[in-house]
Amino acid sequence: MTACALWQEDGERRHRQLLEAISALSGRKRRKLAERSEASGQVSEFNVSCKGAGEKLLLSELLQPIHPKSTLGSVRKELARVKQKAAVELPLSKEEAKRVVREAAYVTSSKEVGKWQQVVLQNRRAEQLVFPLRQDIATVTPLERVTSAWKARTPLEQEIFGLLHKTQQPITDPLLTPEEMASVQAMSLEEARRRRAELQKARAVQSYYEAKARRAKRIKSKKYHRVLKKSRRRQALKEFEQLHKSDPAAALEQLEELEQLRMQERMSLKHQNKGKWARSRAIMAKYDLEARKALQEQLARNKELMQKVQVEPPEEEPCEVPEEDTTALPMPSGANPWMLGKPSGLAPEPEAQEGPRDDTVPGAVESKDEMEEEEEELSEEEALLQDFEQKRQQRTGNPEGHSKDHGADETETGAEQPRDSPVAPDCAEELGDSPVPPDCAEELGDSPVPPDCAEELGDSPVPPDCAEELRDSPVPPVCAEELVSAGLEPPPQAQEELLLSEQLRHVKTMEDMESLAKEELVEEQEKLVALRPGKRARQQEKASVSVTRTGDRHTKKAAAKRKMISLEAVLDGKPQEMDCSSLPVVLEEEEGGMEQRGMITEAFAGDDVVADFRREKRKAEEAVKPQPVNLVLPGWGEWGGTGLKPSAKKVKRFLIKAPPAPPRKDQHLPHVIISEKRNIHAAAHQVSELPFPFERHQQFEQSMRTPLGPTWNTQRAFQKLTAPRVITRAGHIIQPISAEDVPDTAPGSGARLEGEAMPGRKAVPRGKAVPKGKAVPKGKAVPRGKAVPGGKAVPGGKAVPSGRTVPGQKAQPRHRRAR
Amino acid sequence: MRVKVLSRNPDDYVRETKLDLQRVPRNYDPVLHPFEVAREYVRALNATKLERVFAKPFLSSLDGHRDGVNCMAKHPKSLSTVLSGACDGEVKIWNLTKRQCIRTIQAHEGFVRGMCARFCGTSFFTVGDDKTVKQWKMESPEYGEEEEPIHTILGKTVYTGIDHHWKEPVFATCGHQVDIWDEQRTSPKCSLTWGFDSISCVKFNPIETYLLGSCASDRNIVLYDMRKSTPLKKVILNMRTNTLCWNPMEAFIFTAANEDYNLYTFDMRFLESPVMVHMDHVSAVLDVDYSPTGKEFVSASFDKSIRIFPVDKGHSREVYHTKRMQHVITVKWTSDNKYILCGSDEMNIRLWKANASEKLGVLAPREKAAMNYNQKLKEKFQFHPQIRRIARHRHLPKSIYCQIKEQRIMREARRRKEMNRRKHSKPGSVPFVPERKKHIVAVVK
Repeated sequence: MTACALWQEDGERRHRQLLEAISALSGRKRRKLAERSEASGQVSEFNVSCKGAGEKLLLSELLQPIHPKSTLGSVRKELARVKQKAAVELPLSKEEAKRVVREAAYVTSSKEVGKWQQVVLQNRRAEQLVFPLRQDIATVTPLERVTSAWKARTPLEQEIFGLLHKTQQPITDPLLTPEEMASVQAMSLEEARRRRAELQKARAVQSYYEAKARRAKRIKSKKYHRVLKKSRRRQALKEFEQLHKSDPAAALEQLEELEQLRMQERMSLKHQNKGKWARSRAIMAKYDLEARKALQEQLARNKELMQKVQVEPPEEEPCEVPEEDTTALPMPSGANPWMLGKPSGLAPEPEAQEGPRDDTVPGAVESKDEMEEEEEELSEEEALLQDFEQKRQQRTGNPEGHSKDHGADETETGAEQPRDSPVAPDCAEELGDSPVPPDCAEELGDSPVPPDCAEELGDSPVPPDCAEELRDSPVPPVCAEELVSAGLEPPPQAQEELLLSEQLRHVKTMEDMESLAKEELVEEQEKLVALRPGKRARQQEKASVSVTRTGDRHTKKAAAKRKMISLEAVLDGKPQEMDCSSLPVVLEEEEGGMEQRGMITEAFAGDDVVADFRREKRKAEEAVKPQPVNLVLPGWGEWGGTGLKPSAKKVKRFLIKAPPAPPRKDQHLPHVIISEKRNIHAAAHQVSELPFPFERHQQFEQSMRTPLGPTWNTQRAFQKLTAPRVITRAGHIIQPISAEDVPDTAPGSGARLEGEAMPGRKAVPRGKAVPKGKAVPKGKAVPRGKAVPGGKAVPGGKAVPSGRTVPGQKAQPRHRRAR
Repeated sequence: MRVKVLSRNPDDYVRETKLDLQRVPRNYDPVLHPFEVAREYVRALNATKLERVFAKPFLSSLDGHRDGVNCMAKHPKSLSTVLSGACDGEVKIWNLTKRQCIRTIQAHEGFVRGMCARFCGTSFFTVGDDKTVKQWKMESPEYGEEEEPIHTILGKTVYTGIDHHWKEPVFATCGHQVDIWDEQRTSPKCSLTWGFDSISCVKFNPIETYLLGSCASDRNIVLYDMRKSTPLKKVILNMRTNTLCWNPMEAFIFTAANEDYNLYTFDMRFLESPVMVHMDHVSAVLDVDYSPTGKEFVSASFDKSIRIFPVDKGHSREVYHTKRMQHVITVKWTSDNKYILCGSDEMNIRLWKANASEKLGVLAPREKAAMNYNQKLKEKFQFHPQIRRIARHRHLPKSIYCQIKEQRIMREARRRKEMNRRKHSKPGSVPFVPERKKHIVAVVK
C-alpha cells in the first residue's frame, strides 16, 4: 500500500514537473489553479486555496510580488527602517519652543557681534585714535543751491526781493555776472601757474636790470658816456627809419617831437664852443689829437644844430622799459583785476601793448638829464623782458578782442593809469634800493625775539617767570634730594582705587594746591611717626631703645611744627654751596682775572664758604656716628643720690659700645656730604606701592627715567612722545563705528571683521612703556630693602649739584647727595 | 683801543631759504641737562595744580522750560542743535552756540516720555503720556504755517521711550512691550514681549543696528534681535535698571544705569557677569550716555550730580554739580566729544565741558604742544602721592559728601561682617563672591 502510494506520489511530482517544463517552454506563465486536494472547512468560492490559513500574515509578504523581481524593493527597505525607529515625540510646549528660538538667535547674533572683537581690541590698544574715524572733506554746498530751495514768504522778505528784482541783481542761479564768469573761466590753473612763474622771472630780471642801470649811471667816464650817447643816437635813428617805413604818421609825430628837442638843445647854447670844456679843449687841441677830434665833433654838432631842416634822432628812454614791463600786464578780459595777481594800479597801457616794444614812445621822452642816465643797449635782460612781453601779448590777443566789448571798462582803466603809474616806479626804486630782499627784511623785522629765546619760552610748560624760577630757585634740588631715597617705608594706608577724593572744600588757586600737597605731607608724616618705633627697630637693629624714644619725641614735636614749615624753609636752614664739574664754570679772563678775584674776595669777605662746608660735614659725620648705649641705672645695687656717680665698674659694664659704623661713602670726597638717612620730606613725594599695571619695580622705574620734555628730546621725539591718545577735531561729528571705518576691510565685506570672536580674551590696554593688561596682585608690595620706585629715578651715582658755585674752587667737582 | 666782538660763522645761523625753519642749536647731552626726573616731576606737579585751578566745567544753563526736563535728544547732523522735552509736554529746540531756544512746541499732554531724532536729521519723534507717538519736522514751520506734527500715531498704552534706527526708517517704542514701527505705517511692524512688566527704555545698537536693548521694571535687561523679531536673552539684576546705552565704538558693550547707585557695563556675549561695575553715585542713576569716542560715559543721578566714568574704571574721574542743580534726569554727551548736556528737575539744561580744565577755542601750535606735554606728564607721574592727591581733589556738596561717608561705613561694616562669618564657619561654606557677580540674580535664556 505504501509502496503504491509512494509510486503514486512520485508520479504526480513528475507529472507536475513535466507540466512546468512545458509551460516554461511556452514562455508565458500561466496562472496555475490550485488544486483542491483535501477537504477543508473554509472553502472559497473563488477557487482560493486555504493553504496556510492559520499562519500569521506578514506585511512584507503582502508586498512581495509574485515575481521575484519588483520595483517595490526600496519601499520594503524603508519600511524596515521605519519599523526600527521609536515613536515620534510630542511637540514642545510654546514656552520651550520660544526658548529654543531665542537661544539659537542669541548664539547667531552674538557670533555676528563677535566679529568686532579684533577691531575693538585694536582700538583699545591703539597708541593714538583720531576721530572722526572717516575723514571726509566737508563739502560746502553752493549758495545758489541753498537759496534756490528758499522762497520769500513774509512781506518783508517779499519787499526786499522785489527791490532786488527791480535792480536785476543776480539772486538765484549763477550768482555771478556774465563778466565775472568769463573772468573765472579765462584762466585755468595751469595757465595761472605758468603766468605766475613768468611774472616772477620777469620781476627778478627787472631787479637785475635796475641794478645794472644804476651801476651804469654811476660811471663817471666821459668817454663812456659819449660813446653811449652816440650809439643811442644811432639806434634811435635806425628805429626812426623803421618807424618811418611802417607808420608814417607816427614818424611824423615823432619828428615834430624831435624838432622840439632840437630846438631846446639849440637854445641851450651848449655847442657854441663857449663852455669851459670847449675852451680847455681848444687849448689842448694844439697838442692833443684826441682833444682836437672832440672839438671837431663838437663843431660838427653845432653846425648840425644850426641847420634848420635837419632832423635829429631823439633818444629813447630805456629806464621806462623795465617799469613798463612790470606794468604792461595782460588783462584777460579787463574785468577781473584779481585774476592778474597784481594790484590794479599797475594796469597796462593800451598804447604800449599795441605798438612794437622797441619803438620810441612819444610820451616817454623826458628831460635831458634823465635821458643821460638811461641805457640804450639791448642787454640780455632786456631781450628776455621783451620776450615775455611778446608772449604776453600773444596770449592776450583774444582777451583784448574780448575787452573791446567792454569799452567802458577799458576807458576807465585808461583814466586811472596816469594817476597810478607814477607809483610803480617809486615802488620799484624802493625795492631796488634795499640790498636785502624785501620779504626777508620783513621777516627780520618780524622776529625781534632771538629764536633760541623763543624756543625756551615754548619749552617750558609754565609761564616764563615760572620757568625762571624753576631754573633759579632751590626747589628742584630739594625735590631731587627728596626723591633720592635711602630706604623705603611704605605708608600703611592701603591704596584706594578711587579716582577722586571728594571734599567739602573748594580748591581754587595754586596756593590752595600747595596747601593740599602740604596737608598730604603732614598726614604722611603723622602716619610715619605712628609707625616709627617698630620700623626703627627693624632698620637700626642695634640702636638702643632710649635713642628711639628721644627720636620719637623729636619727630613728634617736628610734626606739630611742620605744618608751618615749607619745603624751602627747611632747605634754607642748611645752605650748602656746591660746585659741579658738569655745570659750565665761568672762567675768568687771564688779564682781568686777578682783579676780579680780588673783587669777589672783597665782596664775600665775611663768608668763608669752604670752611663752612667743612664744618658742616664734620657735624654731619658726628651726627651719624653710632652712639654708645648707656644702660647704667644709678642707684641700682649701690647708693644713689645727688652728687653720687655710678661706679666706674658699673659704667664699664653697662655702657654698651656701638659697633663701628661702616665707612662713610663720602670719605674720600672732600666736597660732598652723602647722607644715607631716609628723608621723610622726600618720602612724601615718592611712590610707596607698585602701581597697577606694572609687574616689577624696575619697569616702573624705567618708565619714570625716560624724560618726555623737549629739553632732553629732539623736537620729533618730543612730538612723538607727547602725542595725545585721542584726537578729536573741533566741530566734527563723530559717528559710531561702521564697517567702512575699519581700515583694513575690503569695501563691501568686513574682511577684518570676520575674525572669530575670542571669548574670554582680555583686552590689553595700550602703552609701550606701561605694560598694562596683566593684572598684578594688589597687595604685592615692593620689597623693603629695594630702591624706592620713582625715588631712584635720580641717576644713582651721578652728580647732584646745587645751584651755587663756590668762587674759590672752580675746577674741582664737588657733589652732594641727599642730606 | 681793541674792541672784541663776537663773531659767528654765518653757516651756523643763516638759512638757505626763508622757508627753512630757523635753526636752533641745541645740545642734548644729558650731562648738560641734569635732574630730568626731578624737573619733570615739578612740571607735572605744576601742570596738575594748574589743571585743578582751571577746572571750570560749567559753561551755561539753558533755561526756558516750565517744568522739569525729562528727556533730551541730539541732532544727528548739527552739533549746535539739541532737543529737549519737559514734564509738561513741551518740546524745545535749542541753539547751543547762541544758547537760545529757537523753537517751542507743545507736543503732548502730560510728560514727554521720550524723544529721538531721525538719523538724517530732518525730523524727530516724541512719545508722551497721552499715548501718542508724534513725528515732527526739524525745521521750524514756515511763515503762516501751523505748528503741527507730520504724523501722529495713537496707541493703546502709554509709551515710555522711543529710539530710532541708525540707518533705516524704523523706530522702536517701549511701554507694555517693545514695538518696532515702520515710519510709513500706523501699526507696529512687530511687537516683542517677554514677561509682563512695563519697559522703561529701548535703545538700538548703533553699530549692529538690528540689535536692541531694553530694560524693564521687573529688574531685567532684555536684548532683542529685530531681524528675527525675537528676544535674545534676559539678565535679571538686583534692582531695576533705568536706562542703558550702547558703546558707539564697541558693538557688544553696553552700560546700564541702575537703581542701586551703580552702573554696569556688560558684554552682550557674556551676560553672566558685567565687565565692570561703576560705583560712585550715592543715589539712583537715572541716565547714561556714552562719549562718541566710546572711551568714557557720563551718568546722571538722583543725587543731583553727574559723573564721568572711564569705561574701564570702576570709579568716576569727574563729578559735576552746582548748588542749584536738582535731580538730574537726563544727560547727553555731544557728538564732537567736547560738551555734556544735562537736564534736571529744576527746569534747566546745563552745558558742561567734558574735560573740565580744557581751554576752549583755537589753540596756537605751541600752546597745543604744551598741553600735550602737560597731559603726558600728568599721566606719567599720576602714581606719585602728591600729584595724585591734587588731581583727585574735588569739592562736593555736603549732602553727597556725607552720604558717601555713610555708605563707605556701611560697606565696610558689611564686609567686616562677612569676614567674621567666614572666620567662624566651616572653611568654604561662606564663599567669596566677586563684586561683579553680586548684583546679578539670573540670566534667562
